[in-house]
Amino acid sequence: MSGPRKLRPDLAVIADHIDPGTRVLDIGCGDGALMAALRDTRQVDARGLEIDPVQVEQCVARGLSVVQGDADRDLSEYPDGAFDYAILSQTLQTAERPDLMLDQLLRVGRQAFVSFPNFAHWRMRRALLVTGRMPVTRHLPVSWYETQNIHHVTVTDFRELLRSKGVKADRSWFFAGEREIGPAGANWRAEYAVFQLSR
Amino acid sequence: MSVQNASRVLTLPDSLPLDSGDALEGAVIAYESYGELSPAKDNAILVCHALTGDQYLASDHPVTGKPGWWERMVGPGKPIDTNRFHVICANVIGSCMGSTGPASNAPDGRPYAMRFPVITIRDMVRGQISLLDGLGIERLHAVVGGSMGGMQALSLAANFPDRAARVLAIATTARHSAQNIAFHEVGRQAIMADPAWAGGDYYAQDQRPDAGLSVARMAAHITYLSEAGLTEKFGRRLQQRADGSAGAKSFGFDADFQVESYLRYQGSGFTRRFDANSYLYITRAMDYFDLAEEFSSDGRSGHLGNAFAGTTARFCLISFDSDWLYPTAESRHVVHALNASGAPVSFVELSAPFGHDSFLLDVPALDRVVAGFLE
Repeated sequence: MSGPRKLRPDLAVIADHIDPGTRVLDIGCGDGALMAALRDTRQVDARGLEIDPVQVEQCVARGLSVVQGDADRDLSEYPDGAFDYAILSQTLQTAERPDLMLDQLLRVGRQAFVSFPNFAHWRMRRALLVTGRMPVTRHLPVSWYETQNIHHVTVTDFRELLRSKGVKADRSWFFAGEREIGPAGANWRAEYAVFQLSR
Repeated sequence: MSVQNASRVLTLPDSLPLDSGDALEGAVIAYESYGELSPAKDNAILVCHALTGDQYLASDHPVTGKPGWWERMVGPGKPIDTNRFHVICANVIGSCMGSTGPASNAPDGRPYAMRFPVITIRDMVRGQISLLDGLGIERLHAVVGGSMGGMQALSLAANFPDRAARVLAIATTARHSAQNIAFHEVGRQAIMADPAWAGGDYYAQDQRPDAGLSVARMAAHITYLSEAGLTEKFGRRLQQRADGSAGAKSFGFDADFQVESYLRYQGSGFTRRFDANSYLYITRAMDYFDLAEEFSSDGRSGHLGNAFAGTTARFCLISFDSDWLYPTAESRHVVHALNASGAPVSFVELSAPFGHDSFLLDVPALDRVVAGFLE
């Protein structure tokens, strides 16, 4: 992969597919790693939205433009089509209403990237089947009662949501561990997925 | 009010036009600066002070002898680093620390008093810009301010969009709320109810409206703190008596409670360094502040986004969770407008227990954000 070094694989694949010189909104931008990479390697005008004030502070200290806010509430304040891309990485499953969040993404951005952990990965299925308990894994490391992931989703569920909303999946990528895998049997084999979307 | 003043003073070469339609002739701006101005004059940071602040940002106050009001933020190696930046702070017009205000002499040689024209935040900013013109500074590295200083920073960005590359507005608002105006009106009425105010013509008298100004300061001071902060600092604790006896209720109207004593001290200390008429004029300017209104087509209601349509600056807004004077919602309102106009903006609400005054006090996260944004 030719993406900027040290980015998480899902962020690297997103960075690789963003055209230089575009405007990007990174929702749930964390410490701003993706934004900084886009700015430094692709001359992208990147803006961020992040709920955690400590992470916002780190972003501002890196010279990034990041607003502390809650995506569930604050995305509606951005004008239509303000960005070429809206990015939602590993955040969809924390949204109050992932379906409405998807609408907002494709309202503020002409295109969107969404990455999420796949709850139908075989380890999840095995854990639930064998132990009868909610799985705790590397990508979903927190117990059910304190997890922020309130809407677990599978690759198949997500595709179905896209179909019902008439959203096009222009590209998709699947990962197991740090490795990209093919699309065959992705709903079993992928630990997480990245979709590039448009209306 | 005659103040021993070591500040540098710039006499404006042209008359200063005001929003009221009036103009100030021969206005002077008193200012302090810290750190070297680069040969290209591109490392200047203008810090705008708050209602009762002044130009003594990072040097001792000539009246009180106290350290500069933002010495924890401005200095060598500090978040606003005077090893790198040339930091300017000017007394706003209407104030009383050397810049032209109601205590200054009018062209007829007598103090303006209430003949001083009513000014606005934008008029203060016009004064700041005139100073920058005089200093030959075309474009600021940043304009920075908290509270009323933040209003000036936003107003400068809106009215003079090419003059600052960065705008840092802390604990502030783009419009004064009814509650903000109400508190200011209490202060003004306290001053004007003092017989020594004498319609504003007290400069030649022995007596000044200190009692009224003191009450105004006491009321305002409460709005700068938080309920939790006051409770922690004073609770219901009683004041130690002059004879050394432990606190007991006097069954009278002395300052029984420590919080009463503290407020009285704040009030009387303030009268030594501030002019009552300046307090009237500056609170008026703040109450008139509504940036969206300034940029509306009908002069009444407007969309704040219009104010920032021509901006070329990066913005950073900071609020504090315990600030009920200019709460986080006011900063968010500005952030949404900036987002709508496409300007690059950062915003963070910091957690601090000190209420509105948090921007002046020990909040390490504030230091980090300020330093990072100015990079």
